[in-house]
Amino acid sequence: MIHVIAFYLFAVLTIASGAVTILARNPVHSVLWLILAFFNAAGLMVLTGAEFIAMLLVIVYVGAVAVLFLFVVMMLDIDFASLRAGFVRYFPFGALVAIVLLAEIVLGIGAYRAGALELGSPDGTAATPAGASNIEAVGGLLYSRYLFLFEAAGIVLLVAMIGAIVLTHRQRTDTRGQNIRKQNMRRPGDATVNVKPEVGKGVQL
Amino acid sequence: MTSFFLSLGMTYEWAWFVATVCGILLIALPLMVSVAMIIYADRKIWAAMALRRGPNVVGPFGLLQSFADGLKVFLQETIIPSAANKGIFLIAPVVTFTVALMAWAVIPFNSGAVLADVNIGLLYVLAISSLGVYGTIMAGWASNSKYPFFSAMRASAQMISYEVSIGFILICVVLWSGTFNMNGIVLAQKGHVLGIVNGFVANPLLFPMWVMFLISSLAETQRAPFDLTEAESELVAGYQTEYSSMAFAAYWLGEYANVLLMCALNATLFWGGWLPPLDIPVLYLVPGFVWFLLKVLFFFFVFSWIKATVPRYRYDQLMRLGWKVFLPVSLLFVVIVSGYLMAIGHFA
Repeated sequence: MIHVIAFYLFAVLTIASGAVTILARNPVHSVLWLILAFFNAAGLMVLTGAEFIAMLLVIVYVGAVAVLFLFVVMMLDIDFASLRAGFVRYFPFGALVAIVLLAEIVLGIGAYRAGALELGSPDGTAATPAGASNIEAVGGLLYSRYLFLFEAAGIVLLVAMIGAIVLTHRQRTDTRGQNIRKQNMRRPGDATVNVKPEVGKGVQL
Repeated sequence: MTSFFLSLGMTYEWAWFVATVCGILLIALPLMVSVAMIIYADRKIWAAMALRRGPNVVGPFGLLQSFADGLKVFLQETIIPSAANKGIFLIAPVVTFTVALMAWAVIPFNSGAVLADVNIGLLYVLAISSLGVYGTIMAGWASNSKYPFFSAMRASAQMISYEVSIGFILICVVLWSGTFNMNGIVLAQKGHVLGIVNGFVANPLLFPMWVMFLISSLAETQRAPFDLTEAESELVAGYQTEYSSMAFAAYWLGEYANVLLMCALNATLFWGGWLPPLDIPVLYLVPGFVWFLLKVLFFFFVFSWIKATVPRYRYDQLMRLGWKVFLPVSLLFVVIVSGYLMAIGHFA
């Protein structure tokens, strides 16, 4: 009973907020609705028992990706008139994307009606060992059977990260940074002198 | 608690539902009262360190000061700036307040006294704490004002930066305890060092991790010396500038609930949670709840102490500390801790 209520709550909210993400006029509102959609999708994952994936969804997408999204969108100075100006020009491309997405949805529903998908190893045995928690099961598979793919994904990400750093890094010579180590090494004795000048005489600096 | 409601003749689902709601109220209501008292304690400690008296007029020793402030704020007019984005402006404090309460679901107050004893407790805390930034960003953007906007941008950059190193620090803890379950982490600390000290903090490999976690939790809750988001000398009051009345109070309460949460995490992850400090049978006569509370209050005192004594960081110094010091060091410690644990056959 509670399961069913929770499922319909999360599912309806996911779809509704996904729809509003597209329909919202203001891009910041769009991102916020998108975040709500992510969050409800995580709720659906918890209901299916994939709590590890659900938490990763929240940490990675809601906690990091969407924040950066929001960060960028917030700083955009958006002129709505010029946005609509290109509508006719971009319409064919947009229509193409829409058709592809529609075809994928139809294909997905067709595949769903063909029967449940057998997840697991090629020989048909269940992948998840009985009694293991979510994290243990995922970790056990990632670091044994799919070790090569996992490491390859890691290398791809590493290359992407280094690429991004190289592309955006620029050496700036006109700034004078703070050398914290040098500052910390400095002692009061090096920087100050205690003098007791006679009356009427100045201080030699 | 579910079994109690089952005995009243409810079906299992309803018993579970009512028990959970009762559990939420049992945590949230005392938390609200303790937030009010902790604000008073914060002001008193702060005043004592500045050789002032602090609040001492309302009630005996000024104990009712927070409630008087609450009443004052409650009776004020809610002002919404005409240029503000009204919906988001009103939702933002609700988000902050809700998120501050949500993470308490997995904090163990005593052996078994936890609302949701889930396997992924620590990941849940990470997930919820990463949501906390939205209240600030939404407030900053929706206020349609310069200072709140600056504050929102600072907040998002700051929290993302420090969450990365917090993640690595927590990985060290998880490696040692072998579980993400908060109660499991507490139990893993029983007699951790020399069979007598309860707590990862006494472990020489994890002690630096705890120091970094304490500093990162200051940054995560935007407390001094990292309170750049509401730096009153630069940004008026940061993201709260345009807020008044109960919306302002919601931020205030949410902020202190977050501070208490970080104190509770420090206590749970590194100082043995509800276990007594030493693994001696006599100390177990004191209920675990009392030990937990004492540890949380101790950390809150440390937080206030730091607030009263340390000057505010500059923004570039904050970023340098997060990315150039904490991130490499915590990454190094993940390698060292996992290497050490492999060497001694911890996982065998």
